[in-house]
Amino acid sequence: MARFQPASSYQPVAEELALLPLRFERTREGRFIVSNLVGDLVTLSEQQLRQIVDLDLAPGSDLYALAAEKLLVMKNGSQAPLQLLAMRLRSRMAFLQHPTQLHILVVTLRCEHSCPYCQVSRRSADRDRYDMPWETAVRAVEVALSTPSKYIKLEFQGGEPLLNFELIERIVPHAKKRANILGKELQFVITTNLALLDEHVLSFCQTEDIQISTSLDGPEDLHNRNRPRPGGNSHQLAIAGIRRAQTVLGKHRVGALMTTTEQSLGRVEEIVDEYIRLEMDGIFLRPLSPYGFAVKTKQFFRYDADKWLRFYEQGLRYILKINREGRYFPEFYAALVLRRMLTDRRIGYVDLRSPAGIGLGALVYNYDGKVFASDEGRMLAEMGDYSFELGTLEGATYASLVLSDKLIDLVSASLTQCAPQCSTCVFEPHCGADPVYHHATQGDPVGIKPLSEFCARQKGIMTLLTRLLEESPEDAAVLRRWAA
Amino acid sequence: MKPLALGGKARAVEIANGVHNHQVLRLVDASVEQPSSPNDAVLVKEAGFKLWAPPYAAVFVGERPEGTPTPLAITLGEEFSYLMPGDILGVHLDTGKVRTLYRRSSRHNGFLLTERCNHYCLMCSQPPKNVNDGWLLEEIARVIPLVNSETSYLGFTGGEPLLEWRRVVELLRLARDKLPNTAVHLLTNGRGFVNPEIADAWASIQHPNLSAGIPIYSAVDAVHDYVVQASGAFDETVLGILRLKERGQRVEVRIVLHAVTASRIVETARWLARNLPFVDHVALMGLENTGFAIANDRLLWIDPLDFQDDLALAVDILDAARVPVSVYNLPFCVLDQKVWPFARQSISDWKNAYLPQCAGCAAKANCAGFFSTGRPKQSRVIEPLQTFKTIDQEGAALRVA
Repeated sequence: MARFQPASSYQPVAEELALLPLRFERTREGRFIVSNLVGDLVTLSEQQLRQIVDLDLAPGSDLYALAAEKLLVMKNGSQAPLQLLAMRLRSRMAFLQHPTQLHILVVTLRCEHSCPYCQVSRRSADRDRYDMPWETAVRAVEVALSTPSKYIKLEFQGGEPLLNFELIERIVPHAKKRANILGKELQFVITTNLALLDEHVLSFCQTEDIQISTSLDGPEDLHNRNRPRPGGNSHQLAIAGIRRAQTVLGKHRVGALMTTTEQSLGRVEEIVDEYIRLEMDGIFLRPLSPYGFAVKTKQFFRYDADKWLRFYEQGLRYILKINREGRYFPEFYAALVLRRMLTDRRIGYVDLRSPAGIGLGALVYNYDGKVFASDEGRMLAEMGDYSFELGTLEGATYASLVLSDKLIDLVSASLTQCAPQCSTCVFEPHCGADPVYHHATQGDPVGIKPLSEFCARQKGIMTLLTRLLEESPEDAAVLRRWAA
Repeated sequence: MKPLALGGKARAVEIANGVHNHQVLRLVDASVEQPSSPNDAVLVKEAGFKLWAPPYAAVFVGERPEGTPTPLAITLGEEFSYLMPGDILGVHLDTGKVRTLYRRSSRHNGFLLTERCNHYCLMCSQPPKNVNDGWLLEEIARVIPLVNSETSYLGFTGGEPLLEWRRVVELLRLARDKLPNTAVHLLTNGRGFVNPEIADAWASIQHPNLSAGIPIYSAVDAVHDYVVQASGAFDETVLGILRLKERGQRVEVRIVLHAVTASRIVETARWLARNLPFVDHVALMGLENTGFAIANDRLLWIDPLDFQDDLALAVDILDAARVPVSVYNLPFCVLDQKVWPFARQSISDWKNAYLPQCAGCAAKANCAGFFSTGRPKQSRVIEPLQTFKTIDQEGAALRVA
């Protein structure tokens, strides 16, 4: 029998090692979160990080093993680590092969609610002026169906889209007919406050396989305070609508979003309980955005990123407890971030992307035929800022909108891969550019990230998730399932 | 605990003139089926069996009855009494060496393709030999057409089969044509697939159910290379897997659990989940204490109890990443209950055994049990389970004993 060689004969010495691309960030506790090129994260001490960067790694040491497993170092001349990184980077950017799958039709700007945080700047009257005409809807469908993607989602928004339900009833069968001819697969969503939901609407949604997305801010007093309407019964109508829609369409066909106002801050458990009570699939803890009435009524300025993060962490920990007790109930934003952190699969969420999702991820067709690069972009336009208006449907094609100089400038200016503070950020592989937010708050699509609340929230949430994954085994087990 | 005797020596061989020395024989029950090919041999297990008309070959187990003229008569000892019609033997008539190559009743039929290998794994259960054993491939090519077409599974192993990749690919084409409903699983270190010519040849077989089982013992190149005793092996194996998956081929990653690999099994699982989540299966396998594993016992032995928690975490990481994962060769009593739904009865029937203390165990009927080969070593926690309940991977049906 030939002699077996000892482990040491296979261990590379420092001179044989090469450093692979990495990013790092100091935590509040003085440790370092380190990520490789594709965002695999590990928390190290300062000395460990220095040893890796200096390639001062003893053969056979645990630190060498860790650095090799995390694709931070490799033996000179190796091919496998480079090919794995290249393959995974390609997977992580594969969303570019499936452009613009989300198309939003603002079928009316009218609404019977008068929410002070409304990001849309709804109108209360004048049907002729604020409803989308049939011809406009037809043109929007043609542009949507001319995108290269096979799978297209059409979302009907408002205002309150049920105020112009006649248009939805006509355009859905029309879009299906056109999709059939063009070989596209269509999904439909109506974003509604449900106050006007009736049997007619429900049976249409059932027949045409349309999903419902609604707003639910929490318990009755909070919801009604956030979402005033004549009669003060928004919550009652939303609950009744959710229940009826769940019964008729099925639970997984009904989703809800919550918006966090100053009044929500101390009440995250109650808000989560409300979603549990209604047997929702999970909850999306969502901050206010700096658009529309949320700015005009100064709602947006009532809490900062720190306050928001405290609210979010308290909510996340409460939700994790519910999951540990055996109920699968994800916090959807964490689930999206975790999918970026723990897998290389695409996510449908257009805000966690670079190149940014404006235009490339979504297009918005306003009631008046104007086309916007994102929902937030049309909200800005309602405030008189037309920076994200790509043109009008009349005479436009998908290519003319998406290849417009305006969009190309905005996208290329805001790449996290090269933006200051983003390009070196440890969370860059998981984050998004969000040029609309930075334009709205700082008047520049890149912005100064240390002043950006978006950046502060992102770093806060990702740091929290990293810590939970590494330090809390029971929570990590839950979070891994959310990512799948 | 004794494995089935798959090889041995015939008590007597009687040959007519002109019979080729190396025979591949499919056993038939003469009362049910007339021998129909020159490879058929009548199986006679009862004394006093009334004989048929020649000229067919015959295999007798135990005593050969009087007055049974035949062109080829092979008499085997009682250790071959497990033989059944449909089974296939390889016989060298000059030496009387007999090997059972295929058993109709087994779910674990495997063919050794070569004993040559470019690895020298610390725990190899089939230590490589540098011999010219090309006749093995010729023999298997003769066996495949005789295998029952309803066979659900065939394993191919080595040595390293890709050292003879052209002939192995031909063999797999033969299996595809003769046994289109039989899943074929081939164990290889995968390094050969770095060569696009080999990866292309493999893909060109277009076998409906072919999978390559490829070991990655660690995500750390130096550790994997040490385990397989070959510098540069990790790099080529990983690249080989990528080449196969680029071509849409099925790949199973295999990790044998011993002291060197188990210490970082969580990190290895995490690396697999992040870097190779598209592999078709990951098998985490208890050690068979035979061959080189005995020689390296002091390096390799670890009580599975001592990696129980890490194994449970590794399984959960892979499962959460939607990588199909199984645990092989380890009994329920050494596994965390969370791992039970992933544990398989993986040990080939001819070398699978249970211990005396398993007699009263509620899980025995579903348990992997133990290897009977080599020098079996046991965990300190082997004990009968009073109750046994596990949920299958779909989370629905219950197996209760």
